[in-house]
Formats: sequence, structure tokens, C-alpha cells
Amino acid sequence: MTQLLSPGVWDEVPCPFCGLACDDLRVSTQSSKLEVIANGCPMSCKAFAGLSSSKPTAPRIAEKNVSLKNAAAAAAVILKKAKQPLIAGLGTDVAGMRALMQIADRIGAVVDHMNSVSFMSNVLALQDGGWLTTTLSEVRNRVDLLVIAGTDVVTRFPRFFERYIWNRDALFGSNAREVVYLGRGLDTQAGTAPDGRKPTVIACDITHISEIAGALRCLIAGRHMQIDRVAGVPLSELQQLAKRMQNARYGVLAWSAADFDFKHAELAVQSLCELVKDLNRGTRFSSLPLGGNEGDVTANQVCSWQSGFPLRTGFGSGHPDYDPRHFFAQRMLQQNEADALLWISSFNEKRTPPETAVPTVVLGRSGMSFNREPDVYIPVATPGIDHSGHIYRTDNVVALPLRKLRESALPSVAQVIAEIEKAL
Amino acid sequence: MLTKLNGGKIYDPANQVNGEVRHVFIRDGRIVATPASGEQVEREYDISGRIVMAGAIDLHTHIGGGKVNIARNMLPEDHRGDIVERTSLTRSGCGHAVPSTLTAGYRYAEMGYTTCFEPALLPANARQAHMEMGDTPIIDKGGYALLGSDDFLLRMLAAKSDQKAINDYVAWTLNAAQCIGIKVVNPGGISAFKFNQRKLDVDEEHAYYHVTPRQILKVLTQALSDLGVPHPLHVHGCNLGVPGNAETTLQTIRAAEGLPMHLTHIQFHSYDTEGDRKFSSGAARVAESINNNKNITADVGQIMFGQTVTASGDTMAQYRNAPHGHPKKWVVMDIECDAGCGVVPFRYLDKNFVNALQWAIGLEIFLMVNDPWRIFLTTDHPTGAPFMSYPHLIKLLMDKTYRNNVLATINPDAAAMSTLASLTREYTLYEIATMTRAAPAKILGLADRGHLGLGAAADITVYSEDADREKMFARPDYVFKDGELVAQNGKIVKVTWGNTHVVKPEFDKVIEKQLKSYFERYQTIRMDNFKISDDEMYECGHGNKLLLHPCRKQT
Repeated sequence: MTQLLSPGVWDEVPCPFCGLACDDLRVSTQSSKLEVIANGCPMSCKAFAGLSSSKPTAPRIAEKNVSLKNAAAAAAVILKKAKQPLIAGLGTDVAGMRALMQIADRIGAVVDHMNSVSFMSNVLALQDGGWLTTTLSEVRNRVDLLVIAGTDVVTRFPRFFERYIWNRDALFGSNAREVVYLGRGLDTQAGTAPDGRKPTVIACDITHISEIAGALRCLIAGRHMQIDRVAGVPLSELQQLAKRMQNARYGVLAWSAADFDFKHAELAVQSLCELVKDLNRGTRFSSLPLGGNEGDVTANQVCSWQSGFPLRTGFGSGHPDYDPRHFFAQRMLQQNEADALLWISSFNEKRTPPETAVPTVVLGRSGMSFNREPDVYIPVATPGIDHSGHIYRTDNVVALPLRKLRESALPSVAQVIAEIEKAL
Repeated sequence: MLTKLNGGKIYDPANQVNGEVRHVFIRDGRIVATPASGEQVEREYDISGRIVMAGAIDLHTHIGGGKVNIARNMLPEDHRGDIVERTSLTRSGCGHAVPSTLTAGYRYAEMGYTTCFEPALLPANARQAHMEMGDTPIIDKGGYALLGSDDFLLRMLAAKSDQKAINDYVAWTLNAAQCIGIKVVNPGGISAFKFNQRKLDVDEEHAYYHVTPRQILKVLTQALSDLGVPHPLHVHGCNLGVPGNAETTLQTIRAAEGLPMHLTHIQFHSYDTEGDRKFSSGAARVAESINNNKNITADVGQIMFGQTVTASGDTMAQYRNAPHGHPKKWVVMDIECDAGCGVVPFRYLDKNFVNALQWAIGLEIFLMVNDPWRIFLTTDHPTGAPFMSYPHLIKLLMDKTYRNNVLATINPDAAAMSTLASLTREYTLYEIATMTRAAPAKILGLADRGHLGLGAAADITVYSEDADREKMFARPDYVFKDGELVAQNGKIVKVTWGNTHVVKPEFDKVIEKQLKSYFERYQTIRMDNFKISDDEMYECGHGNKLLLHPCRKQT
């Protein structure tokens, strides 16, 4: 576990701010300033530093400071009164999500995560056809061909190439890895090898990725195609790519569903999953769906094991009902299908609740600013900085233990929910 | 508080008690001697004429961890058919193939089970398995850590490391993953699949490491024996589901070289290749070999007809079997240079030749292995069937008329190829108590579970005698967990949280130096973050206690 190296300096700190959850950070907490002093990335440095200055810790009801007890009581009144409460955001750790599931069951709430538009694209593909996937350590040690669909990866996962592709040591083979991007207008700089080799870029409109995947499946199956372009890409380029994919010893096809910003992205995800399955008839190839930011994987894992269903599950009938179309938080708010919102965002103060007129309780990182002040705002601690906890990485396998790095007056999400439950 | 269970018929094979009428006294969660006269009994249950056994122990049930949660995510249609409502006492959830954690705990307890072991904790995913089991109420839990396809061990074998170093690594793993035993799945095969090997026999070399499954079995059985870990190596053998794998199983038994070894879901490993369809029962020779080799124990992994989902670490086998799945969706995953997992929904049909014969093969093994201390009742939940089918399975074992009636309804070609009709054995209550209580406690080293002797934990199940054994075992009258009444007439009356069984064998700390650098160079998590601390176990398990069992190290 994370260790105190010297007073105020922590080593092997897992970073809860993106789905890679790198756990090699060194963090200084001296003089109440939080600073990543080794192995930081733009995202982690900013997020840790953002927790430095002392921000207001007092809960607020209608912009007036109150005690936690009073805030919890006011939240309880809002939730109790609601016919269809909504618990959304869900940016929290395992313990926070456990508490939220318990209260959701009790008050008949719907649970949905702030990233669920992208997250559910993966879940729906999983439920329809399944997939063949891999995890970060496998990528780090095995990949010889990395194909990336529709993302630069590094905007959301800054250290991806540093840690898993251009790593100096690998268990097998050399690190003369090849990178291929599918997409247009992507910053592909991170895909350039340390020895200067440039990645292949197949310029295509990512909204047409299913067509590309379909064509690759045809080519891999040895079928003849009577066209010379697919989604604007010359067939010869796809023929070359198909060959490279078939010749890979351990290929990986990565995407970030958050970058599939178009309708029915689950079909795009599924086309990629099926392509990877086909490749495994001859060689080994795996999918790598990238996600996990703001605790979306964590929320889904806990929701699944406690209810038996993924996110977008409601408890209004006294039992879990999973409905991936209906129980989409933003849609419910827009259609006036929810009459209270409990919003959770303990990692990112920028992720405020969607615009809504319904009574709103926010459990958010301290220092959140709102366009419309919620009825109740309870600043909460950040897992892995202010309290211990657990968070899942993008690959759905590894849960990192988070440690408390400093004393904090802020309560955890789990503590606040326990207070609200007492007041129900 | 002193509780008395008055006048039940006791089936307690660990103490050779076979249906005698006795009182049972409970104080502070333990079974105690008859108190001195005049001592106040505060709670008395008149259970005269009813059957009393220790709480049942399931030594192989997939109730927590990555693959189980993948199955939950993948199968909402299955769960919608078995929705569980919230009550004032219990949380909502769902059941059937892969129940939610809360429902799994309630249902096991309602069925008289008080302890369950998750048989495949990938060390990289052990934290999740413990968190899920932490959210599984009432029952005690434990896990077996998966080794044998992890690159660290395979590198040690390829480098011809000495047995002592391997022992240290095995002991380190048990500590780091907070487990009670070690499981091996398709030894080396999960790793071989990552190198595109699609088949691996007991003496076939891994394409990269040039290590054979036999070598892996040898060092791991030796390690557990040297470390004095009570539970023998828990082996899911090579060639799962492949016709002809009965021979593989016999080779695996020989590979134990007389050391203790547990063969799991042996039904899936007892196939021969006779007949027009080149698929036949190998149960007779597998059972004979188990009978002749006293170092071997096995659980059956019975299949039952109906929809379920197969969940396994054996990516090689799961990828191979995926085309047979239903509905047509599946997950295979390579995991962390540690292992893998495969989740394939399956619908076993009684009119399908292969499925019907699988069903018969499982029962043949149950009936042909003579010693109930060495054969265990499992369905490899949920792979063969959900655990809720245990009472039905018990009826099949205890009632040959019923069994033969069912046999008459399955695929006739399969029935004709099975010797099941000629097997007249009927399990007795004493034998059922052995295979579901006393024996699993014994091979897991749980000294105070699985029996009703003085000092034992008061995990007790009370049934009303019923000629319909399925009805009888489905709904016990009373279930006590650590002395507290938790279920009555098949309904939860109190929710407790259970504890976790672990062993913590000692090891030379030198191994951590190697591991630390290995983790830094190759893994994506640091060694110290990989290890699960006792504090985490406490946090993850609702104030969970670790029930530590001693290892008797060989000198």
C-alpha cells in the first residue's frame, strides 16, 4: 500500500482521476499543498493541486451554511418526498457506491452515472454479443500491434503510451510495437515510437467505424469485395490493415466510448468486438475498451454485484428494474420523470449536475460552483486524498486501494449517506 | 445466552453420530456440553423427530469476483425472470444463474448452507472477489487463489527455481490474496492460450516457457504439502469438456504422485470417445481411480437441465466451447499476466445427447465413488447449474426410483449409453451429511465447522423429515449461524455478515524483493498496492473477521 516516505511525502499513491489509476505517483502534502512530485501527468497534477487551497467545507442549504446534520436532514426530506428520486453522477469510490445502492433500494431511486452515455455503449455491446478483452498488464507485456479507433487516448488517459506501449521492459518480445489510428483529426503524436517510427493513420470518419470493421471482417474471412472504397478509405489500405491484424501475435484494438459521440454508438462498439472475435480464429487479438474516469467502472461494478444489473437500474417497484433506455438520468430530468436529484461528484468539481428544476442535493468535491445553487450542497472528501477507499481501473479487473493522505474536515460520501439514512 | 435444541435426530459424521436423538446446547455461538442442572435455558426449540446437521459447506461455488460480475452484467434477461423484492429485513436483488451478492447470501442461508468457498480468485482480482463476498450476507466465505498460468510462476519454473523459492511464492500469494487454498486451472493453459495455443495435454509443453502441466501440478502440490496448507491443490485439469479427457484425468491423478490433490468438477473431465458420436462416459474408470487413490478427493460439478452460465478461468476451454453456448454471446478475457476468465451462457437440454450424457456421467461418479469423505456435492455453480438445484440433486442421489424416472425422460441414446440404471445405490442422510458438511470441513482444515461436537461453531441446520428429499433440503425449519437463528422455514429472520476463512503460511521475505522488482518492471500495479491488507478485509466485509487456520508445516 501507499507509504509515507518522509513526513508529508507519500509514495506509490494511486491516482483516482482517470481510468488508468496509475499507482506510482509520489505526492507531497507538505504545508497543506498537494503536489505530485513524481510520475504525474497533466491530469493528475492539476487534480491534486486543485485540492490544495482551503475551500469552504460547510454544507449549505439555500446558500446558507449549516451543520452536516441539518443538511442531511434537509436532503432526507427532499428524497423522502419524491415519488421518483434519481441518484446520479455517482462519482465516488466502492464504499460510497455501496452506501448509495443501499439508500437507492430503500427510497426506490434510479441510479445512473454521469458518464453513462458512453459507458452504456460498452454494456449494451457486452449484453448483445459479448467480447474478448484484455487488461493493462497484458497490453504492457504482449502487444505487438495496437489499433486505436476514434480517439487519441491521451486526452482522457495521459500516460497510456508511456506506461503500456513505449515501456522499456516487457516480458515478451521486443517493444518494436506498431500503432495504427483509425479516425480523422486525431493528435497522433503519442503514437510515435521512442525511436521515431510514426504510427499509421487511416483517415476515416469515426461515425463510419462500423463499416470499416465490417469490411475488415469480410477481408479476414477471405471474401472478395467489389468496391474500391469503404467509408472513404481505399480498400487497399484496409487490405493491408487486415493482413497486419492477422499477422499480429497479440494485437489489441482500443477505443474510448466517450469519443464515440454519435447515436447508437453501441453498434460501433459491437462491430469492433465482433472484428476482434473473428481475428481470434487465427491469432490472438483482444479488445481494450477504455473508460473508468470519474469512477464509472466502480459504480457499475458495485451496482451489478449488489442488484444483479448494470447502471440505469431503478428500485421504484421494490426491486431492481434495469432499463438502459428509460433510466437515463438526463432523459428522465428532461422529460420530468424524476422529482428529486441526488448528485454525486467527489473526484471532479467541474462535473456539476445537469440543469434541472427539481429539488437537488449535491454531494460534491469542495469548491464546486453552480449556475443554480442546489437546494442542499454538501462538500465531500475526495477518495484517495482525504480518506481511504477503493477504485476500479478501466479494465474492470484491478481495484486499487486508496489511502488517506491528509487530515480533512470533509466527510466521505458513505458517511454523508449514512447521515441521510438516519434522517429518513 | 443458553439455547437448547430439544430432541432432534443428529447426523454428525465427524463425531460418528448417525441419527441418534440428542439435545444440542448453544452458548455464545458455540456448541457446549449439557449444562449443570439448574442452569437457565433461555431459548428452547422443540425439534423432536427433526433432522439436525451442521450447517452445510459448499467448497466450490462461484459467488464473487470478476467473472461472476461479468455474467451479471451480460445476462439481464436471465435475472428478470427471478427478481427478488426488498423486505423490511432484506435487500432487493435477483437470482437464477448468477444471483446478486445479497440474494446469494440469503438463499444459501435459507437452504441451510453456512459457509461457501469461491474457488477462483485471480490474485489480480482478489480484492473484488473479497468485496463481493463482503456484500454476501450471513454465510462465511473463503477463496482459493489461482496460480499456474501466472507469468511469475512460469518464469520460476522455466528458470528451474528450487522448490523452496516456489513455496515462498505460494505462501506469499495466499497472504497477499487473503485465501485459504490454491487453485490451478488448466495448468499453464490460460497462459498458453495467450500465446495462441489451443490445446494442452498433461505432458505437452507450453509454447513459450516449455513447461508442462505435470510440472506445474508437481511443484504446486509439493508446495502446499511443504507449507502444511490444509486444503490440497484444487485442480481444474487440462482438456475440460474434451471427449477422451478421462485419460487426462487419470494422468492428472498420477501426476499427484501420492500427495493430496482435489479434482474439481470431475464430471467435466470424465469423458471417453466410444460410440457413434465419439462421446461416452468415462465415469467408471475415473471413479475407480479415485477409489484406489486415497490421496485424491473430488467434487462432481453436476449439470442440471436448463439455462445457466458457465464461468471459468479456463480461457482456452471457454473459447473452444463458446460456439455451443446459448444465448450466443460470450466473454473471454486475458488478465494481468496472472490468468484469465471466460463466461459462456449455456442451456443444458435433457433431449440433447451430449447434455443428457453429461447429466448421467455426473450421477454415475457420485454413485461409483465409494467414500463420501472424498466426493463432494457441487454443480460448480453456476457452470453446471445454479446452487439452488442442490436439493434436487440430493433427491437424485437419495431416491433411485425418482432417479430412474428422470433417466427414462432424457435423450434415449444417452440413457442407453449410461450405466446409471444399473446403479442401485441410494445415499443415506449420514452420507449426505458427510459429503456436504464433515468432509469439506476436513479437507479445508476447518476444525470447528462441519460438525456438532463440543466447541464447534454453532452453524446448525434443522430439517423436517420428508420422503421427498428435495422438499426437505430446500427449506430447513431452522438455520443457526454462529448460534443465531438466521432463517426459519426457508425465510431469513436475521441478517448477519459472516467472516472469511484464511491461512497465512510463513515465507522467507526474500521473495518480496524479487516480486517488488517484477511488479515495477512488468506489472501495472505496485506490489504493495497488490497485496490486500487485513484492514481492507475488515472494511470490505462489514466488520468481517478473519478466521485464521493453522498450517502444519512439514519439517
